[in-house]
Amino acid sequence: MVIEVENLSKVFGDFKAVNQISFEVGKGEIFGFLGANGAGKTTAMKMLIGISSPSSGKATVAGFDVYKNAEDIKKNIGYMSQKFALYDDLTIKENITFFGGIYGLSRSRIKEKSELLINELGLQDVAKELVGSLPLGWKQKLSFSVALLHEPKIIFLDEPTGGVDPITRRQFWELIYKAANKGITVFVTTHYMDEAEYCDRVSIMVDGKIEALDTPKKLKEQFNVDSMNDVFLKLARG
Amino acid sequence: MKRFIGFVKKEFYHIFRDKRSLFILFGMPIAQIMLFGFAITNEINNVDIAILDKSQDATTEEIINKISASNYFSIQQYLKNESEIEPIFQKGKVKAVLVFENDFSKKLTTESNATVQIIADATDPNTANTISNFTSSILQKYQQEINQELKIPYRIIPETRMVYNQELKSVFMFVPGVMTIILMLVSAMMTSISVTKEKEMGTMEILLVSPLKPYLVIIGKVVPYILLSVINAVVIILMSIFIFKMPVQGSFLLLGLESILFIISSLALGILISTISETQQTAMMISLMGLMLPVILLSGFIFPVASMPMPLQVISNVIPAKWFIIIIKGIMLKGVGLAFVWKETLILLGMTVFFMALSVKKYKIRLE
Repeated sequence: MVIEVENLSKVFGDFKAVNQISFEVGKGEIFGFLGANGAGKTTAMKMLIGISSPSSGKATVAGFDVYKNAEDIKKNIGYMSQKFALYDDLTIKENITFFGGIYGLSRSRIKEKSELLINELGLQDVAKELVGSLPLGWKQKLSFSVALLHEPKIIFLDEPTGGVDPITRRQFWELIYKAANKGITVFVTTHYMDEAEYCDRVSIMVDGKIEALDTPKKLKEQFNVDSMNDVFLKLARG
Repeated sequence: MKRFIGFVKKEFYHIFRDKRSLFILFGMPIAQIMLFGFAITNEINNVDIAILDKSQDATTEEIINKISASNYFSIQQYLKNESEIEPIFQKGKVKAVLVFENDFSKKLTTESNATVQIIADATDPNTANTISNFTSSILQKYQQEINQELKIPYRIIPETRMVYNQELKSVFMFVPGVMTIILMLVSAMMTSISVTKEKEMGTMEILLVSPLKPYLVIIGKVVPYILLSVINAVVIILMSIFIFKMPVQGSFLLLGLESILFIISSLALGILISTISETQQTAMMISLMGLMLPVILLSGFIFPVASMPMPLQVISNVIPAKWFIIIIKGIMLKGVGLAFVWKETLILLGMTVFFMALSVKKYKIRLE
C-alpha cells in the first residue's frame, strides 16, 4: 500500500473539517477523492502532502509517517493544484529548470528531462516562450509534467481539470493513465462526476466523513443508479 | 545551496521582466531625489516683487539696489500709487510689494525713524514668511552699515550661524528622508507584493509542497531585494554628493551598516504584511497606507516631530523610519559616530528583531 490512512482527523476549533477518515491506496492505482466544496477534500489532502499536521489519527504516505517524516514525503510526491501554478513570466524551459532545481535534480538530469518533456508534449516551437502566453490546456499539461519531473511515487492532483473544456479534459486523463501505467499512484480530487468514472476506485466525502468507497461500477450497483452523478446526488441529499 | 541560487535567479527574472517593478526600483529613486532636490524646496530664489517708492530719494534707491542685487528677489514692476497694489496681487504677478513712505531719507535722518511696509501674499504662508524675513535682514544690514559711523554705547547684534547646513539647503533635509522612503518602499512593499503574488498564483503552495524549506523560500525572496536596496542606497548617496554637493561627514561604513539594518527591518515588515494579505492589491494598500503615509507624515522627514501634538509624537516613536532618519542625518550632516547614535541604532535593532520574530510566528501559523 502506498497510502495508508486510519481515523485521520483535522479539527479547527469546534469544526471537524475531516472526521476520522480511513482508506488505503495501492501502487499504480488512480484513486478519486470526491466531495462537494467544503466537504473536507482539500484539508485531507493537505495533511497527506505534509503542509498541514493532523489533529489525530494515523497516516503514512510512500511509507513515511505524516507526523514525523513530512520532509521525506515531500521528496516522494508530486503535486499539482487547480491553478496549474507555473510562473507566467518565466519561459517553459526556465520553469522546468526552476522546478527541477528545487527538487534537487542535477543540471544534466534537468536538461535531459526537459528535452524529453518538451518533445513529448510537442512544445518544441514554444519552449522559449513565456508560460503566460500559453493556452490553459497546455499550461495544465505542462504543470502536470513538471509535477512528475522528479519521478515521484505518488502524484496528488487537486481539481486538475477546473476551467478547461471537455476535450482538453479527456486528453489530460490520457496523461493520467500514462502515468498510472508507469506505476505512479494518482490521487485526484474532482467535482466532475464524469471524471469519477475514469478512476479505479472512488471515495466520496460528505461533511468531513467518507460516506462511500469502492470502484465506480460497484458504487453504481450499490446505489442502484446509472451514473456516478446519481450516486453523488443520493449521498449528498442523505 | 544550488537550489537556493536557482531560487534567487528566478526572483531576478521576475523583477527584470516586470516593467512596473523595474520602474519602482530604479526610476522612482532617481525621480524622487530630483523632485525633492530641485522642485520641492523651502528656499526662495528670484521671487517676483513690486516696489512702490513714494519718496524716490538717495536712500530708497540704495536700498532698492541692494534688494535687486540679491538673488532672492527680482523686481518686476515699480508702482505709482497704492491703488495698484491690490490688482497686481490679484493677477498673481508678484508675491510681495515693498512700500517706502514719503520723505524716507529725511525722516530717517531727522526723526531717525522711517518705515518700509512689506506686503506679502500669504496664500502661501511659508513663502510669505521667508520673503518677510529675507527683506528684513537686508534692511537690517543696511541699517547697520549707516549706523557704523554713529557711536551708540550699547548695542546687541545677533550673529546667526547655521551649523551643519550653512546655506540652509533644503535638499540636505530631503535626501535622508527620500532615502528612507525609497528603502522602505523597495524593501517592504516590493517583497510583500512579490510574496503575495506567489500566494495568488498558487505557486507558493507548490513551493511549500516541495522539499525546499519554508525559511529558504522566504530568504530566497528577500535576498534580491536586499541587493537592490543596497544599490539604491548607494545611488542615492552618490547623487546627493555629486549633484547636490551634499557632504557626507561621517563614516561611509557606518552609514552602510545602518542602512542594511533599516533594510532588514523593512523586509521583515514586508514579510509580515504578506502573511496578513491574500492579494497583491491588499499588500500594496497596506504598504502604502500603513507604511508610506506614517513615514512621510510622522517620521520627521517633512514635519518636525517636536512640533507635533503629543499623541502623534508618541505614535512617531514606533515608526522605524523616524529613528533611521535621526541616525542618517547625524552621520551624513553632523559626521557623528556610533557613540552618538547607539541609542537610536539599538531601538531600530530591537524593532527589527521584533518584526522578524512576529513574521516568523505568523508565517508558521499560516502553514498549520
